[in-house]
Amino acid sequence: MNMQQPNSGEDAAWRPRIVAFFCNWCTYTAADLAGVSRMKYAPNTRIVRVMCSGRIDPQFVLDAFRHGADGVLIGGCHPGDCHYSEGNYKALRRYHLLRRLLADMGVAEQRFRLEWISASEGDKVKSVIDQMVAQLQELGPLDLPGRRADWDAELGENGEDDLTAGIAAEAAEEVSHV
Amino acid sequence: MKQNGDVRIGFYICHCGTNIAGVIDVDRVRDYAASLPGVAVARDYKYMCSDPGQDLLRQDIAEHGLNRIVVASCSPLLHEKTFRGAAEDGGLNPYFVQMVNIREHGSWVHEDGEYMTGKAMDMSRAAILRVQVHEALERKRVPINPAVLVVGGGIAGIHAALTMADAGKHVYLVEREATIGGHMAQFDKTFPTLDCAACILTPKMTAVKAHPNITLWTYSEIDKTEGFIGNYTVTVKRKPRYVREDLCVGCMECIEACVYKSAKIPDAFNMGLSKRKPVYIPFPQAVPPVPVLDPENCLHLKNGTCKDFCVEACGDRDAIDFTQEAEYIDIDVGTIVLATGFDTFDPARIPYYGYGKYPNVYTSLELERLVNASGPTGGDVRLPDGRIPERVAIVHCVGSRDEHYQRWCSRVCCMYSLKLAHLVKEKTGGEVYNFYIDMRAPGKSMEEFYNRVSTEGVHLVRGRVADIAPESLEPPSNGRIGRVVVQAEDTLIGRIRKIPVDMVILSVGMQPQEDAENIRRMFNISCSTGGFFLERHPKLAPVSTFTDGVFLAGTCQGPKDIPDTVAQAGAAASEALALIDRGYYELEPNTAYVLEEQCSGCKSCIQQCPYTAISFDAEKSKASINEALCKGCGTCVASCPSASIRQHLFEDEEIFREIHGLLAYA
Ligand SMILES: Cc1cc2nc3c(=O)[nH]c(=O)nc-3n(C[C@H](O)[C@H](O)[C@H](O)COP(=O)(O)OP(=O)(O)OC[C@H]3O[C@@H](n4cnc5c(N)ncnc54)[C@H](O)[C@@H]3O)c2cc1C
Ligand code: FES
Repeated sequence: MNMQQPNSGEDAAWRPRIVAFFCNWCTYTAADLAGVSRMKYAPNTRIVRVMCSGRIDPQFVLDAFRHGADGVLIGGCHPGDCHYSEGNYKALRRYHLLRRLLADMGVAEQRFRLEWISASEGDKVKSVIDQMVAQLQELGPLDLPGRRADWDAELGENGEDDLTAGIAAEAAEEVSHV
Repeated sequence: MKQNGDVRIGFYICHCGTNIAGVIDVDRVRDYAASLPGVAVARDYKYMCSDPGQDLLRQDIAEHGLNRIVVASCSPLLHEKTFRGAAEDGGLNPYFVQMVNIREHGSWVHEDGEYMTGKAMDMSRAAILRVQVHEALERKRVPINPAVLVVGGGIAGIHAALTMADAGKHVYLVEREATIGGHMAQFDKTFPTLDCAACILTPKMTAVKAHPNITLWTYSEIDKTEGFIGNYTVTVKRKPRYVREDLCVGCMECIEACVYKSAKIPDAFNMGLSKRKPVYIPFPQAVPPVPVLDPENCLHLKNGTCKDFCVEACGDRDAIDFTQEAEYIDIDVGTIVLATGFDTFDPARIPYYGYGKYPNVYTSLELERLVNASGPTGGDVRLPDGRIPERVAIVHCVGSRDEHYQRWCSRVCCMYSLKLAHLVKEKTGGEVYNFYIDMRAPGKSMEEFYNRVSTEGVHLVRGRVADIAPESLEPPSNGRIGRVVVQAEDTLIGRIRKIPVDMVILSVGMQPQEDAENIRRMFNISCSTGGFFLERHPKLAPVSTFTDGVFLAGTCQGPKDIPDTVAQAGAAASEALALIDRGYYELEPNTAYVLEEQCSGCKSCIQQCPYTAISFDAEKSKASINEALCKGCGTCVASCPSASIRQHLFEDEEIFREIHGLLAYA
């Protein structure tokens, strides 16, 4: 696949990239509301829509980091408000386990965040993203792909042995039992 | 999942006038998309959602043999249906379409065009990668139960119920008070025409009662709701009124006979301005015309020590039943109309207006009762000391348009303040001062109404009232109620004005019902920032909600007057009717399914499902999903340790590709 095209990560001074997983009913709608209300906020997020925060597989989070995200944001309905009753509680449990796992992997805690944002809280989309971008800007790049290359070089392995992928997959396997 | 060697993607980027193209360089995004593998056609167009825009898709599908479509434009929540429809018209399975939200999540919120252009490329790349592995899916149909539930019997609920019942549908109308009618039943006249509220409302109320297709349950509440569009099961709690509706003939002799010789209990319908007995009817035209026994004050119900004159008076009709208990009834309905209305702002929250402190400071709703011919004073505007006020101040926007209380304009207060000014002037012949911030008179006949009242000698003072205080610190010696001084800055002359008056009317704003949050949860819908129920789209779907089959009517959705309430109630009714008459609803095919050969039978998915759609097939030792029960949240998919549960439309591979596309490293 031709991926050698310019993208927003290149050329310009480094700017953090956040992958956000938003549930369809509350947080994605809130982000739409922020749009309709023409609120201006930091452009660093790329949103993936899922039906419910309960759909967010820990592997999605790990995979986003592995592919170069500097931060991952999960957005769901407030407790008690999930369109499917309790998907957000499941998301919360996975979030807590994932946080510990990411800490063990050396990923700063500000890089992974879960927020309850209801359909009416366009302003919260703005404030959460602005705040997270500011924090990531301060932390600097996570650059897991780059680090992975370094680790591979250190271990003297050939590129085929995908170290972080292995860790990520194993880890995901573990936490996905929640 | 299959790798499609023969994928032919059409990529379309919309200018949306200048909404998108004003920020994002659409030409560069288009050219970039064209360079990506699988993309057969890449175009930009001014308005993709327009007919010619949609035609582009159809033509290209035919001419270029496209089998996948990506549209970079607005939110999929707005136009996914449109583009799926266009693809389907062109002969493609509609689920081969993916949208890229570069407007709501792009050009409308980010100003840096250079960065946004790059980000739009990232987002488009993600969609292009994703759509390659999309699969053809079939929509599932669920039948719609033709019965409808309407919650709330104000003018909105009444109008919606009658419209649907007239169309031959069975309607359950549930009202929590002892009568239907809502706020409108409390008014004497209505703006802008000043026609009598009762004259237009009571015939509709009786029509509800008489309609063969309406089951009216007053003094009832919703206890529980289960199910989904087409098939809701709702539990209604019928509170005991201790008078049997099936036996009562509405003669009211029980009220006459009650041992309470005089009425002692503040009457809520009259805003506490009069008293009622423990057995009472809210107002003479109440529907149903059946009294209620208030268990907190009825001597029999309280301590069993009454002589039960009411029972005697009822005689062999035998309608009074002290043993009645709350009854829970389950009903099956296909659609629901919420019409729970509004509440008024409590002016005691603004201490300097002196409500509750000075006896001559009233709310507008109290005044509605005072000017009402069937109200506590028979329509006379009198102070508590019995005098007719000579000078009256009406304070607009109480609680509304105020950072500290409610930011919104309540929309009806200017007009009803003018109505009250007219009525008070007519009834008292006194001087009336209306203090307003801006005179808001939009809508048919409203400006004309304002012109009419302003030529009737009402003093219109442009200024927000800053204080209401007694004229004199000494109470008047003659037992009268002392005047208060209303202070405001008259912004038209740039002076502070202090006007002494006998009576103040606070034009309180509209706010959501106290239990709106509860109702919202029960029906799984959302609220807007102020707490009113949230419509699916402010312009294009104003009576729908994000929960299919649940519609909104009237002021539960936001402040509005009676004409708009009735219009919206009619709209909600016709949306429900459209669904019912079609007979079925098509569900998004985003259900979960089990890959049996991989499933290890660990059962960890089973307790994840909020709909008990997953069961354990003991014979095969595998999980099994009942598609009819699955709502497509995907929680089980994320929890399966062996990745053997998948979700249509949100397959792992589709999401991974989206992530990779978003982040592809240069
Ligand atoms: C002082 C004042 C004067 C006004 N004067 C005018 C006027 O002159 N002209 C005009 O056009 N408009 C006027 N309005 C506006 C008018 O009152 C509204 O437009 C109209 O009443 C809205 O009707 P509704 O059915 O939406 O709500 P409501 O009248 O509030 O009715 C809602 C009904 O739902 C019931 N309910 C609530 N919650 C539940 C529940 N959980 N379960 C079951 N039932 C429930 C309530 O008991 C009530 O009967 C005035 C408003 C005010 C405050
Ligand atoms: S639908 Fe929003 S978290 Fe479940």
